Amino acid sequence: MTATHGANPLRDAADRRLPRIAGPSGLVIFGVTGDLSRKKLMPAVYDLANRGLLPPGFSLIGFARREWQDEDFAKEVHDAVKEHARTPFREEVWQQLVQGMRFVQGVFDDDDAFENLKATIAELDKAQGTGGNFAFYLSVPPKFFPQVVQQLKKHGLADQKEGSWRRAVIEKPFGHDLDSAIELNKVVHEVFPSNEVFRIDHYLGKETVQNILALRFANTLFEPIWNRSYVDHVQITMAEDIGIGGRAGYYDGIGAARDVIQNHLLQLLALTAMEEPASFDADALAAEKTKVLGAVKLPRDLGAHTVRGQYAEGWQGGEQAVGYLQEEGIDPRSKTDTYAAVKLEIDNRRWAGVPFYLRTGKRLGRRVTEIAVVFQRAPHSPFDHTATEELGQNALVIRVQPDEGVTMRFGSKVPGTSMEVRDVSMDFAYGESFTESSPEAYERLILDVLLGDSNLFPRVEEVELSWKILDPIEHYWDKHGKPAQYESGTWGPVEADEMLARDGRSWRRP
Amino acid sequence: MKIDLTDTTSSKINKALVQGRRAIGTPAIGMVLTLVLVTDEENQYDALKAANDASREHPSRKLVVVKRVSRSPRDRAKARLDAEVRVGADAGTGETVVLRLYGDVIDHAQSVVLPLLLPDAPVVVWWPVNAPVNPAKDSLGKLAQRRVTDTYSAENPVEELTARADAYTPGDTDLSWTRITPWRSMVAAALDQVDCKVTSVEVEGEQHNPSCELLAMWLANRLRVPVRRGVSAGPGLTAVRMETSCGPIKLDRADGSLATLSIQGQPDRAVALKRRDTAELIAEELRRLDPDDTYAASLRFGVHRLGDGGRAALSAPAYATSSLASGSAATGESSGDSASSAATPATMPKKASPK
Repeated sequence: MTATHGANPLRDAADRRLPRIAGPSGLVIFGVTGDLSRKKLMPAVYDLANRGLLPPGFSLIGFARREWQDEDFAKEVHDAVKEHARTPFREEVWQQLVQGMRFVQGVFDDDDAFENLKATIAELDKAQGTGGNFAFYLSVPPKFFPQVVQQLKKHGLADQKEGSWRRAVIEKPFGHDLDSAIELNKVVHEVFPSNEVFRIDHYLGKETVQNILALRFANTLFEPIWNRSYVDHVQITMAEDIGIGGRAGYYDGIGAARDVIQNHLLQLLALTAMEEPASFDADALAAEKTKVLGAVKLPRDLGAHTVRGQYAEGWQGGEQAVGYLQEEGIDPRSKTDTYAAVKLEIDNRRWAGVPFYLRTGKRLGRRVTEIAVVFQRAPHSPFDHTATEELGQNALVIRVQPDEGVTMRFGSKVPGTSMEVRDVSMDFAYGESFTESSPEAYERLILDVLLGDSNLFPRVEEVELSWKILDPIEHYWDKHGKPAQYESGTWGPVEADEMLARDGRSWRRP
Repeated sequence: MKIDLTDTTSSKINKALVQGRRAIGTPAIGMVLTLVLVTDEENQYDALKAANDASREHPSRKLVVVKRVSRSPRDRAKARLDAEVRVGADAGTGETVVLRLYGDVIDHAQSVVLPLLLPDAPVVVWWPVNAPVNPAKDSLGKLAQRRVTDTYSAENPVEELTARADAYTPGDTDLSWTRITPWRSMVAAALDQVDCKVTSVEVEGEQHNPSCELLAMWLANRLRVPVRRGVSAGPGLTAVRMETSCGPIKLDRADGSLATLSIQGQPDRAVALKRRDTAELIAEELRRLDPDDTYAASLRFGVHRLGDGGRAALSAPAYATSSLASGSAATGESSGDSASSAATPATMPKKASPK
């Protein structure tokens, strides 16, 4: 935030109607013709403008190889917004945005293009009053990161002048193992100071994920039982019903564990398991997350407590699906995992002995992401065995997507003359108690980048710690066996069920 | 679905609500508040429609209290309560009960409403029209944490503002205040962009629109500079002009949707500032249920101190005598357009001494 903010007599912390509007700024998107940009970034920018959260004069620069004029770019954004924006299209909002839209044509090794970009930024500073504040969004494959950031440095685009900022926004994957992550961080930090680098993990922008903190730390109801004395185990699931689609080139060799567990699931684990932060500022949060990720312990026998799989052909939701090895562009001998399940433990006083089961996969039963905290059975039951035969374990489930909300499962007496206790669910649905459409994760995250608020962005230490957790598993998998096959449309390979059965537990059907 | 109850009681209405929920198969509902709408038959439809739209964001039980006019002594003598219970698709998100009160029961509306409030959830009362002078003392107002009135619908809005200021109790709020949130955030954003000191302000808008006064009072209270209220043909608010130490800053909205922000030394910029409909206002109003201190401070600033630059500028009482004398000249130099030269008392004081 600029220094003038504090001096503005119209700003008052008690005035809570006034939204946090980003200061004068602009956004440069590299790879603007890509899918992410069209489906998520452009609509998010429009939605922010529509909600009145962007400063007057906000500017958007697209950078891509395509031979476009500013007008072509504006039309592309227009179409993307019309199709994908969350809020209704309003002409006056569009008029406000379109004034600050520019397109710079070029490839990443083209010095002229970057000079052109520099001139465009200077022109916008004059024409739109962006004040030299620009965020560079690298929506490009990671192999181009070094080149782009070096070009930004070479042409002085990353230089922070007095009173203004330049920020870099990067998307996962943040490397493919610890070494490459360190290498990538080095490249980026050479050019941008670490507090100006924003790593997007869009899960953290989701309302439900932020709600984990509210649920745990704003209530007294849950925190007392949020520990090894009451929790039996935790299951964190992210399931997709789609296959790899057209992403064969990206996906093969990476696999589910690197694609999902390393970032999303370990972040969810950190938020679920961390201690209460001293405050909600970025440093305090990062400190707690780093602490808990540092305490994660791998099972001794990786063969018995990790499972990887590949989807085989089958029927998924009424459609016939081909197996992973039959997908176009995939080596039929590929050992890439499309399903991964791991058991982790957290070595601290709160969680010692409580397993955290993480699983993710493609072509599973349905698309769902959830965190299930499963509690221990009551130590003693005054009811006889037949009465509680159908009683499972109490559980608290945070549904991250879709159908965001929280479910609590507990036993209740079945109406009737005999005593019979059965599981029932108590449900809190976001869509029911709050807004029909919560802001998209990207809206929140882009706004936070412009505001310089790094609460919801994983830090470099977190990324490196996550790789430290995953690397030994990947190494083990490289050396031992090959992925188990599971039929598309089911909940993963039998080996995964056996893995939990060995601990006397079973997977939830999410 | 709809259940009609004639000559009924609150407990029968409660039963009908449960029955309605059972019938549509969703016994559990996550309603976050009770919204009580107090209105007459004429405004009932529009107000309920807005509340239903707002309930997409804030699922609520909506209780519409319609006080019916009794036209004959026989009507007046007989107290009667009719109710229309709506659940499911007819009720937005949540449930709606339209209560029609006849005869004596009109004076005891709270006895009907009290048993129908959701347990533990906050209560908001909204008077789209004919709000009581002191909402917090009203028998229905007493039930609520939040009391929403709308000075825009008053016969004489400016006087009404003064009355609201006198009766203000934490939890009171005014849709005319809600209407100006986008303006306030844009003016604040404009000041974020420059590092200058504001010396005087003019707020211009249609006559009889209390939002203009509220915006002017907010600016006067926060900036501690003379603020003048100008009159234009509308629609709604049309302009905010600020004289600052680095030249004028203008936010102009002639057509009620797209505004232009002009800052000295910077190019003009388009800013979307659409006039919002009632549903959006109510949705914003329900987002926070704690007392709005900024509203209170602005309201209490006092309409009579607007335009009267001398006394408005608390920090500079020396203006008090010079303001009237220099007023007309100063107006002429700062606002060139015809709309504002037709303005009410031209009392903008002399600009801060030129350096």
